[in-house]
Amino acid sequence: MLFSATSSILIVFFIIAFMLSEGWSAINLDFIFGLIWHPKTNEFGILPIIVSTVIVGVGAVFIALVIGIPCAIFLAEFAPNWVRNIIKPSVEMLVGVPSIVLGFFGLMLIVPFIRDNLGGRGECILAGWIILSIMTLPHVISISEDAIRAVPNSYREASLTLGATKWQTVRNITLPNAKSGILASLILGMGNAVGETMAVYMVIGNPNIPWIPTSILDSVRVLTSTIVMEYGYVAWGSQHQHALFAIGVVLFVLVAIINLMARYAIKRGMIER
Amino acid sequence: MNEQRKERIVKAFLWVTGLTSVFILLSIIVYIYVNGVGIISLEFLTSYPYRFEYGGIFPQIVGSLLLVAICLLFATPIGIGSGIYLAEYASDNILTKTIRFFVETLAGIPSIIIGLFGLAFFVHYLFGFSLLSGGLALGFMILPWTVRVSEEAIRAVPNSYREASLTLGATKWQTMWNVVLRSATPSIITGILLGLGKAIGETAIILLTAGSGLEAFLPISIFDAVGSLPVYIFMLATQGHTSAAFDRAFGASLVLVTMFLIINLGALLLRNYLVRRQR
Amino acid sequence: MTDLSRSEGRIFSDQYRTVQLSESKTVKDDVRMVKDKIDVRNLNLWFTDRHILQDLSLSIKSNSVTAIMGPSGCGKTTFIRAINRMNEIIEGCRTTGEVFLDGVNIYDEKINVFELRKKVGMVHQKPNPFPKSIFDNAAYGLRIHNMVNGKKLEKDVEQALREAALWDEVNDRLKESALRLSGGQQQRLCIARALAVKPEVILFDEPCSALDPTATAKIEGLIQRLKENYTVVIVTHNLQQAARVSDFVAFLYLGRLIEYGRTKDMFINPKNELTERYITGKFG
Repeated sequence: MLFSATSSILIVFFIIAFMLSEGWSAINLDFIFGLIWHPKTNEFGILPIIVSTVIVGVGAVFIALVIGIPCAIFLAEFAPNWVRNIIKPSVEMLVGVPSIVLGFFGLMLIVPFIRDNLGGRGECILAGWIILSIMTLPHVISISEDAIRAVPNSYREASLTLGATKWQTVRNITLPNAKSGILASLILGMGNAVGETMAVYMVIGNPNIPWIPTSILDSVRVLTSTIVMEYGYVAWGSQHQHALFAIGVVLFVLVAIINLMARYAIKRGMIER
Repeated sequence: MNEQRKERIVKAFLWVTGLTSVFILLSIIVYIYVNGVGIISLEFLTSYPYRFEYGGIFPQIVGSLLLVAICLLFATPIGIGSGIYLAEYASDNILTKTIRFFVETLAGIPSIIIGLFGLAFFVHYLFGFSLLSGGLALGFMILPWTVRVSEEAIRAVPNSYREASLTLGATKWQTMWNVVLRSATPSIITGILLGLGKAIGETAIILLTAGSGLEAFLPISIFDAVGSLPVYIFMLATQGHTSAAFDRAFGASLVLVTMFLIINLGALLLRNYLVRRQR
Repeated sequence: MTDLSRSEGRIFSDQYRTVQLSESKTVKDDVRMVKDKIDVRNLNLWFTDRHILQDLSLSIKSNSVTAIMGPSGCGKTTFIRAINRMNEIIEGCRTTGEVFLDGVNIYDEKINVFELRKKVGMVHQKPNPFPKSIFDNAAYGLRIHNMVNGKKLEKDVEQALREAALWDEVNDRLKESALRLSGGQQQRLCIARALAVKPEVILFDEPCSALDPTATAKIEGLIQRLKENYTVVIVTHNLQQAARVSDFVAFLYLGRLIEYGRTKDMFINPKNELTERYITGKFG
């Protein structure tokens, strides 16, 4: 019993140990701040990749926020029960739709649409934003809705009996009380977006030479897609292989920071209650 | 009056956004079904693929099922064991807090990193690209999930059950096995079904540990490389350039989504049944 | 007469109906009480298919305290929530019949329900201040109704807190969170919050059930004073409390009005056997 319980600890240590032992030797300032990633000449700078990762992640979460929070408010406060009873389970089910299917959907529908109407290759930041926001949306809706519904009903009642409209109640009472839960949902969504691999890989283009994007129609590489792109042809033990694992370490740290922030937001929300 | 007009506008806006976002999400599934249904036939489901974009997807379907089977064989016992430990045996001490922290950490690790780890540890140092490597790496991914659902399910068993058994002179272990686990089993199964839904669609991990996805054969042992639906879709979509390849990717996506929906629907129905039974 | 006409509401006409007290012709203590503030006629209410209120009719007198009594589950709370139409926020609620407030049917479709709730304030069973500062709590209603004009807001808040007998205890810490107040203070803050928007009727839903005896006594005293300016309806299942604070008592049982009359008459000489058994503690 104790053994199985500690296995999670062992696994995490194992993963960290392996990532570090394979990747540590490649991590230095030139790696983090270098502008050129060119395995053939042993140049491994991932700054453009980090920047792209952040841009893609932040943008996707922003879209998910703009669409998802109103949807969560709608489900929690305005939708009649029968509508909610249909929509909530469907949204929850969509939380886990295989990301490969979403990526394929993006590749077949969104990429050609962008290429034909906006120009460029179509495989670009914008396509990444759309697909990732679709992926993040169910998380954001589901967790925010829970956070909004967790606001005690007595607050709503008090506001309504004073003659407030539903929207006044939501704006002045419900949302301020649910804000840390909503914030947590967005941060968690960010963590998912940054760590997501396949769906992003399929729609953002992955140019051979990554650069810092100047337009949302630029093809980019993110941390995860770089690993998928190149894991197949690295020579084991080469500097290239160590650099790929180092990318994994950077990703791990990035996601860990995001998750810690989410945990902090949730904890603060609990203290406020 | 102003406030009431605002209320009406906001309400209309929320209805529109609410229904639109759900519409967008559901339309993806509809899109896959509309485009994939043409290629589905008994032959497509039961024959072997050849020359990349011909034939059926039988090995990929079986491969996916074998991978999740290995994954569950690994994650379920350990998950339930941890769940029992966290819920029943350990008081809230530093050890359980540490365990919980690490379970959460593991849950937060992006799948590509588990894939990279699997690539180094299982593939490079131990078994090569194989069913076992892929299954174990998948198991690592869903382990936190099984730990959490088991712990919750076991905690949810009313204390009166335990006391009733203990007052009859049963040992702690007998109580655990005969009373607590038995009544927690349906909830645990629900949770594991949901974990299964996550595992079956996972691509990055399998891609880095189990094989190229194009394998036109069934594995003979757990040390053989194995094809799988998600990786197969990935290969067709990114390496294929003909419409035949895309058609097959749609067909494979349809099968994958259907498997995913069946698993989740099963979990949903089981959960509803449980809720009703408790009333 | 004069203090009734202070109503400046846009939705209710100022026409008052002068009605004879149906109970007896011997009532003569207070001329203001000759008026019916609220007149409920054939009120029926269903939640989905459960018939909660069955054909209720009663008149509630102006500037009086009317207690609604009865065993739990008899529809007391639902009844007072019918007076500010708070039942309709629950899905599956259906109402028939009429409730007149100053002669205007509040179930008329032309009625603005938000103005109605401003006129008919409510204090809930458990103190439910918002997790905001004391000041913001008292000012909440004023703000949502745009009754805010610079300095006036502070004055109105102060007045409401004074009326709720809370000002002296909190005037030096208005910016503190309301959740740090004691239960009784929180409940008085909720009363102040309701008073701030200048209602005409105040509904109390078992306001003391979560409070200790000292806090209860304070609230009861407050309710006694409030009837000078307001019409008060209070739900209680505490017989002593009803006897202490109310002028009229309505006894509800299983969604029906069993008996309604002056508190003294009812406690001394109940007409209905059910009422008598309830008052003597045979069930409840």
